[in-house]
Amino acid sequence: MKNKGSRRSPFAAVLVMAAGLALTGGGYAAATAAVEQVKPASAVASAAQVEEGRKLFLANCASCHGKAAEGSAAGPSLIGVGAASVDFQVGTGRMPGQASGPQLQAKKVQFTQEQIDSLAAYVASLAPGPAVPTEEMLAADGDATRGGELFRINCAMCHNAVGAGGALTEGKFAPSLTGVESKHIYEAMVTGPQNMPVFNDANLTPEDKKDIITYLKYVEENPSAGGYELANLGPVVEGLFAWVFVLGLIIAITIWLGAKSN
Amino acid sequence: MTDKSVKHEKAAARQVAALFFTSIVGSAFAVYAYFAFPITEELGTVRLNTLLLGLGITLGLLGIGIGAVHWAKTLMPDAEVSEERHIARGSEEVRARAVEIIKLADSESGFSRRKLIRRSLYGALALFPLPAIMIFGDLGPNPGDTLRHTMWKKGTRLAKDPSGLPIKASDVTIGSVFHVIPEGLSELEHHKLEEKAKAAVLLVRLDPADIKESEERKSWSYDGIVAYSKICTHVGCPVALYEQHTHHLLCPCHQSTFDVTDACKVVFGPASRPLPQLPITVDAEGYLIAQSDFTEPVGPSFWER
Ligand code: FES
Repeated sequence: MKNKGSRRSPFAAVLVMAAGLALTGGGYAAATAAVEQVKPASAVASAAQVEEGRKLFLANCASCHGKAAEGSAAGPSLIGVGAASVDFQVGTGRMPGQASGPQLQAKKVQFTQEQIDSLAAYVASLAPGPAVPTEEMLAADGDATRGGELFRINCAMCHNAVGAGGALTEGKFAPSLTGVESKHIYEAMVTGPQNMPVFNDANLTPEDKKDIITYLKYVEENPSAGGYELANLGPVVEGLFAWVFVLGLIIAITIWLGAKSN
Repeated sequence: MTDKSVKHEKAAARQVAALFFTSIVGSAFAVYAYFAFPITEELGTVRLNTLLLGLGITLGLLGIGIGAVHWAKTLMPDAEVSEERHIARGSEEVRARAVEIIKLADSESGFSRRKLIRRSLYGALALFPLPAIMIFGDLGPNPGDTLRHTMWKKGTRLAKDPSGLPIKASDVTIGSVFHVIPEGLSELEHHKLEEKAKAAVLLVRLDPADIKESEERKSWSYDGIVAYSKICTHVGCPVALYEQHTHHLLCPCHQSTFDVTDACKVVFGPASRPLPQLPITVDAEGYLIAQSDFTEPVGPSFWER
């Protein structure tokens, strides 16, 4: 009792550490959960839609991609990239790009799905390219086991075994796939945005892609059998957790053992 | 405090007993949980079962431990006591006697006198570890030249992992990456994983204008399609993080980075050798085939390399 005023309780440090970890963990979970919902695109492109898209393009995209989407020093040519590419880039908010950096990141979507469809129709009218996938190609009713195997061989090295994302070189990273719409996952596979390679239909057939999406949705919806996942980031996070908590606990117990009882 | 007030002493005794009782409850709960929450086909039950069982056992052990410490700290006297250490050296008498015994043993056994016995004993002692060394030798067999060869042979088709379907050159569009195994790997009866671990290949198509090729390797690629071993030359992780724009291949283990446009030379990280290239071409039907095995051992460095 005597020294109560002169010294903090030995548990204070442990408490502060626990609170800090809980806060950052909660913040991370909240951030990954915030993903926009967008309605699926319709496949039919009318001349009016293409014209509408052209206008939108001239107003919003042409400064980098050129008046006829032929590309410039500031942005690549969009001839032949297909509707899927536009739907992915604009539909996830990556385009129009705003800040320069190692890579363009998903942000708030700036157009309505209708406008995105028009833009996509315009770009698709320039030259043939991958189309926006249909609902049926996206239904998560494939084979999750097979999808898991394909995912581990083709995708997991960058996106992590359960799609939690991971680091690449020089500040680039493979984003987390949790909460990403099936449509955008599919489009990313066929178009290979930024540094992601392309997985064309000869490499991963539409059925393979469907299985991969099924697997990702399965992982998202089912709890991990191994207890709390720690964001699924693997041994570094798990090791840190063990060191901080177990070591903290051991220190706390040691202090308690040596302390005089009051 | 507890030695000064009866009230405090009673309270402390109750606390210790309560801790021991917690332990009893925990252990009983663990037994109960084992039966009440069995593991079934459903994955979630494994989690529940281990969680509750673990909590019960934790309480059971912690209750005893914390109770015992609390008991010692509150109810046992805390006066400080010092214990003298006794001297480790034996008394003169004991020491003299020990020397006497050794001398007696020597004279009675004749260890110093009987040369033949002594030397043969030395011989026996020197030889007895030999069988152990021989048995260690049996840990082999030596890998022989298996580290220098893979399943790839002249004419082996490049196939998709895991389906084993052969790949046409026209399937490989610019910017795409294929994870490749030798055709026939899936049909192997033995050592399938060992073979896969050596033969795995990454296939990429580049713009031919982007590739820097040495004279001798000009014929190893096909129309911009190049194939490199996927096994890191550092310590053997699968190198498969391909960045389409920078053409860098990154190893996830220790961040070695290889430049696909420049013979997969190391541009960063601890690996010391480029990834071995698989010479490829196409057959009459347009399928990609190997021209030969790798021309150097794949994977990490080893002795004699
Ligand atoms: S194993 Fe590839 S960098 Fe270490």
